[in-house]
Amino acid sequence: MDRRKSLQTLILGGAAATTGVVFNSCKTETIDEAVAESSAKYFGRTPKELERLEKLNTEQLFNEHEMETIGALSVVILPPKEPHGGPIEAEVPALVEFMGKDIPTMAPTLLGGLMWLDHKSNTEFGTEFKSATLEQKKQICDQICWHDMEIPLDKQALEIQFFYMMRGLTVTGYYTSKVGIADLGYKGNQPNVWDGVPQDVLDKHGVAYDPEWIAKCIDQSTRGTIATWDDDGNLLT
Amino acid sequence: MQIKESSELYDVIIVGSGAGGGMATKQLADAGLNVAVVEAGPFFDPADPITQTQLKWPYESPRRGAGTDRAFGEWDMSWGDWEVDGEPYTQEEGTNFRWWRARMLGGRTNHWGRISLRFGPKDFKGKTRDGHGDDWPIGYDDVKPYYDKLDKLVGVFGTNEGRENDPDGFFLPPPKPRLHELFYIDGAKKSNIPVIPGRLSMLTKKINKDRGVCFYCGQCSRSCSVYADFSAGSCLIFPAQKSGGKVKIFVNSMVREVTTNDEGKATGVSYISKDDRKEYKLRGKVVILAASACSSARILLNSKSKSHPNGLGNSSDLVGKYLHDSTGASAAGVIPGLMNRDVSYNEDGTGGMHVYSPWWGDNSKLNFPRGYHIEVWGGMGQPNYGFGWDPNGMNKYFGLKSGGYGDSLRDDVKKYYGSVIGFGGRGEGIARKDNYCEIDPTTVDQFGIPVLKFNYKWSDFEINQAKHMQDTFEELIHNMGGIPLNEKPGKDKDYGLHAPGEIIHEVGTTRMGDDPTTSVTNKFNQLHDVDNVFIVDAGVFVSQADKNCTWTIMALSWRASDYIIEQLKAQNI
Repeated sequence: MDRRKSLQTLILGGAAATTGVVFNSCKTETIDEAVAESSAKYFGRTPKELERLEKLNTEQLFNEHEMETIGALSVVILPPKEPHGGPIEAEVPALVEFMGKDIPTMAPTLLGGLMWLDHKSNTEFGTEFKSATLEQKKQICDQICWHDMEIPLDKQALEIQFFYMMRGLTVTGYYTSKVGIADLGYKGNQPNVWDGVPQDVLDKHGVAYDPEWIAKCIDQSTRGTIATWDDDGNLLT
Repeated sequence: MQIKESSELYDVIIVGSGAGGGMATKQLADAGLNVAVVEAGPFFDPADPITQTQLKWPYESPRRGAGTDRAFGEWDMSWGDWEVDGEPYTQEEGTNFRWWRARMLGGRTNHWGRISLRFGPKDFKGKTRDGHGDDWPIGYDDVKPYYDKLDKLVGVFGTNEGRENDPDGFFLPPPKPRLHELFYIDGAKKSNIPVIPGRLSMLTKKINKDRGVCFYCGQCSRSCSVYADFSAGSCLIFPAQKSGGKVKIFVNSMVREVTTNDEGKATGVSYISKDDRKEYKLRGKVVILAASACSSARILLNSKSKSHPNGLGNSSDLVGKYLHDSTGASAAGVIPGLMNRDVSYNEDGTGGMHVYSPWWGDNSKLNFPRGYHIEVWGGMGQPNYGFGWDPNGMNKYFGLKSGGYGDSLRDDVKKYYGSVIGFGGRGEGIARKDNYCEIDPTTVDQFGIPVLKFNYKWSDFEINQAKHMQDTFEELIHNMGGIPLNEKPGKDKDYGLHAPGEIIHEVGTTRMGDDPTTSVTNKFNQLHDVDNVFIVDAGVFVSQADKNCTWTIMALSWRASDYIIEQLKAQNI
């Protein structure tokens, strides 16, 4: 079920019971149009936040070649895989560009690291990183993809810091994208009714619900019934 | 320029629209009074799709939820955080207090954790109990009727457990525990630490026809568009308006001071409109400050006049003193039994914890006088910026290599997804006169209003308590078969004790009492010095308890409102 549709159902479920002001503004078409219109641009931003976003969007941190190099590196870090694609489908290069401007302290590491990649690739293989073969790219990455766990990252070589940052951006970028969330299998962020952990999952992890505890929990068939209590705080409905 | 004065005389002017101000608005407007609410931030309604962040996906933003613009992440519904543009605060050298301010209708209630705990009988009588701090001039029995009414008006899930200092109430049934919470329950049992269902103001069941029921997205920090969680706008101020109350809301209006007449009585407030940067005056018969403990203290201290040369209500010289926040320390562990999860179901649940541990210890046998409760987090939450950043960083706890690249990173992410449990200890620090905020005459905000300077240090009591938290967390992680993440903070780091202010439970700056020389307000939140000025935020707290402050702010605000109605009827104010 479409997320927006199911939310509407819930809102209307509330509205069906009342003519209150609260839900009057939530007529089906109005909310859907407003959400659809605003979410692309605003995603809940304040005017001031939006202003900053638009300013960042007019700036350019990486040139075309650097953006291609970012893309080329990201798919080595996390190769695409059916059916949920990879960093390109997840728009990782755009995220790297944006974050480099949003958090300006990241920019020198990213810019410097990209230069290092090409220098290394040219020195060893006589070609820019993005044009090197997958094998050659891996040979370069193999030299920088491990870091000494005992030493703080910022005390290690720039190219090590760069790879760590690019791996972070690539993996976080993928798993915060539509395709990555599908790959992860995350089922949330939509209206639903929580009624406990499924039995097979409980069994798999060797835990069980205490019947006494569960007896106190919400019986979801009564969630729509208005609560009333006796004088001692015992729920009657 | 002449200050523009309103011609209308309000019955009540309420400064601030959060928990305390919202409750006073609801009660006083329902009683038929003509109310003006003055809020420093813009209008906010959680149901407005333009500002809504609930149910957004990370990929709807170019920064994927990162906290660049909002300290708790870009979906968090607080406009303003540790810093507010153009509104600085300063510190006494060698101290560090962190001050969270939300500039919006409803204030911090739009994003708070909704943990709604009553204070217990012992919590009002700290000095009697152990000799530290002071007793409140009121006890649990004075507040209980208001807690009861509050439970029914606002709605809170939980269970009646018959615990002496964690009183029963009128609860909605709680949600069932999540998987990691079942692990926590088992782990805590092994150490004889009690675990009970959480108590949070979210509607697992309908309480009236105007508010929706929780649909379990776990995003209460984003403020609920169907009003299934409590926020002061959606649950108090809008309903007060809807039922025909006379409520005029002044937004973007930064109060500078309470104005007084020659007799020293309050006549209203002056504020700066953020829209035109001009100063205005509102006239009222009663002024209620609910701007937050520190902001209300600031307004009082800045309200100097011939009758009140030391600031309003400050003849005791105690405004700003006894500032105290909850203590806090944290830890987290990776639990092998929670690795390799089936991501086959939605376990967002309600925002925050379905279970928690109220304080269980016997302080007479410990080297700190007051307790703490444990909040629990974990589960398969929504990925946002930072998720998977160090995809196999936890390999180091299992003797495996961290780093590398390639397809195996997908397996690493899935292996660890949902495997971490974290704890927040939230405890009581002792209120002390020498922890305070005061006016810094050298610094003003962008509206020309002198700002606050903070001076706050923890004592050994709080540090010892943090050590106890860390030892407990370590034991709990061990009981669950887990491995602690990060090194356990030692003495050199005050055992991970958060800087004061960071738990965002600051209270005590205008404390109540029977003696005008040792307190700022009386037991009905009324200034000793000026009978038509009331404080209904956490400033009046004598002590914080190991509970969170919001439920008590609202109960006391309701109680004070009843008193105001009574006093107005009797023409005493």
